[in-house]
Amino acid sequence: MTEPAAEAASEQTAVNALDARGDVGEARSLWSDAWRSMRSNPMFWISSSMIMVFVIMSVFPSLFTSTDPAHAILERSRETPNADAWFGRNIQGYDIYARCIYGARASILVGLLTTLSVVLIGGTMGVIAGFRGGWVDSVLSRLGDVFFAIPLLLGAIIILVSLPQTTNYWFVIFKVVLALALLGWPSIARLMRSSVIQVKPNDYVQAARALGASPWRIIRSHILPNALAPVIVVSTINLGGYIAAEATLSFLGIGLQYPAISWGIDIDRAIVGLRTTPHMLLFPSLFLSMAVLAFILLGDVVRDALDPKNR
Amino acid sequence: MGTYIIRRLLQMIPVLLGATFLIYAMVFALPGDPTAGKCGERPCPAAYVAEFNREYNLNDPLLLRYVKYIGVWPQDRDGEQKFDGILQGNLGKNFNRYEVAEDLKQRYPVTAKLALVAISFEIIIGIAAGVLTGVRKGGFLDNLVLVSTLVVISIPIFVIGALAQYFLGVQLGWFKVTVSANAPFSELLLPGMVLGSLSIAYVSRLTRTNLVENLRADYVRTAIAKGLTKTRAVGLHALRNSLIPVVTFIGYDFGGLLGGAIVTERIFNIPGVGSYIYRGILNRDGMAVVGAVTVLVLVYLVVNLIVDLLYGVLDPRISHD
Repeated sequence: MTEPAAEAASEQTAVNALDARGDVGEARSLWSDAWRSMRSNPMFWISSSMIMVFVIMSVFPSLFTSTDPAHAILERSRETPNADAWFGRNIQGYDIYARCIYGARASILVGLLTTLSVVLIGGTMGVIAGFRGGWVDSVLSRLGDVFFAIPLLLGAIIILVSLPQTTNYWFVIFKVVLALALLGWPSIARLMRSSVIQVKPNDYVQAARALGASPWRIIRSHILPNALAPVIVVSTINLGGYIAAEATLSFLGIGLQYPAISWGIDIDRAIVGLRTTPHMLLFPSLFLSMAVLAFILLGDVVRDALDPKNR
Repeated sequence: MGTYIIRRLLQMIPVLLGATFLIYAMVFALPGDPTAGKCGERPCPAAYVAEFNREYNLNDPLLLRYVKYIGVWPQDRDGEQKFDGILQGNLGKNFNRYEVAEDLKQRYPVTAKLALVAISFEIIIGIAAGVLTGVRKGGFLDNLVLVSTLVVISIPIFVIGALAQYFLGVQLGWFKVTVSANAPFSELLLPGMVLGSLSIAYVSRLTRTNLVENLRADYVRTAIAKGLTKTRAVGLHALRNSLIPVVTFIGYDFGGLLGGAIVTERIFNIPGVGSYIYRGILNRDGMAVVGAVTVLVLVYLVVNLIVDLLYGVLDPRISHD
């Protein structure tokens, strides 16, 4: 009687020791693992709080400034930074600080909406192509190649010019998102297709199919959770790129137009004063670069967290 | 190898047709009258408009116009019906009645030189920075390059261009601020560096990541154990295997480079294809835009084919048979 009890007790201590050592018995998914590693990374908190600030700025710009960004005081044109106008004034005499704050909306909207549409279109195409295979895959892949062969900026310019002209702010934003999404989806589709093809032959997918699960159910609960990681990483990094693309289009005079407020427009207007009043260029560029940087940093952190090789 | 190239070239045909049709449809959907402003400050006479529309097939439906443009359908040329399109080597005339092919002959070499300078910077600076940081991971140089590439990536190209033009061109006077008509290489150094700046940053980060990964590989340890010097082990074994993703990136990025050329050529006033296309779009000159973009897409597809063939050179395990 004593012996088995002692054995049981020693087994118990062994289990306890195992528990005390940490995470041996506990099953953790890729996602909770990634979350753990991100939580301990200061870069994650820095970049995500920067993004939060920009998002709040774009939703409630009046929280940051009570100055009207469309209020021009022409006699104080090109004023350097002072107590009244923190970042100075630009050629038209607009308050640069207020315009930087209000300019966030265009960039964040374009960045988020474009990424969302690209992931939806590209992801769907990629899943269908990878899951169905055969001629569906060939057709969708060639279709993607067609859009992929047109350089993003060039294609976006042509699409934006050929769509109906308007000065309505929301409509212009929609046009820019449409142009960027139309040309951006193939890269995500390719990525999604290749990770679906990697996941598809796995035993658990075959088991689900053998049990009679519908294709939709197999995709939703078995393939997607295991194939989504690369898409999330690339999308986060691309988001910064789309923000830069919006600014470039506005800079070329093809995206948003004056009097709409966008960092790209303000930078375009400030370049003439580069030699005499560089502050007009500095502040909008700084805001733009910070926004792009925030998303790229977040993308880097997410990649490191999702890639087991990097641990 | 031969059959692989032929298969790839055949696959290119539908992509090229699709992409050019897409561009063709979008460009000719551009609102506005192409004859506007052609006859001074008054509308053009009806006879001129009719002649203009006939010459450019503007009365035909889109698809018919496109097949005529491609050259698989005969079109009216001085009263007789004949095949006269891209397949016959004719890119048509732009709306100012100049041969598009002649325009492109003047402008493509300039953009090609610009792209060549940018890609050389990418390869030389990007890979060198990647190797220097990759072999000493975590050192001072590594952190310096990581931070500076992040800065370069996050600053948009038009800001970098304006800053470089002002500080390096105007203030320091090291480079010429604008580029003259025949665009010699010496004047394209600064614009090329600006155009390639974003890619230099990506190339160096990509090289570093892959090199760090490959330096841990067994074959590098074996090479060092065999008695190879570190330079040889890194340069010949690790680097060569790390270059495949880098070469892929440079190939795919070629399209971005051509798009970025629109901005760079505008800033530095370079008479290249980017500014030609930009002006064509603004002037509603469909023929000029479609012609230039068709050649551009073709170049892009060929560059990517060459990249795929380079895999076999870099890694003999990859064969295209």
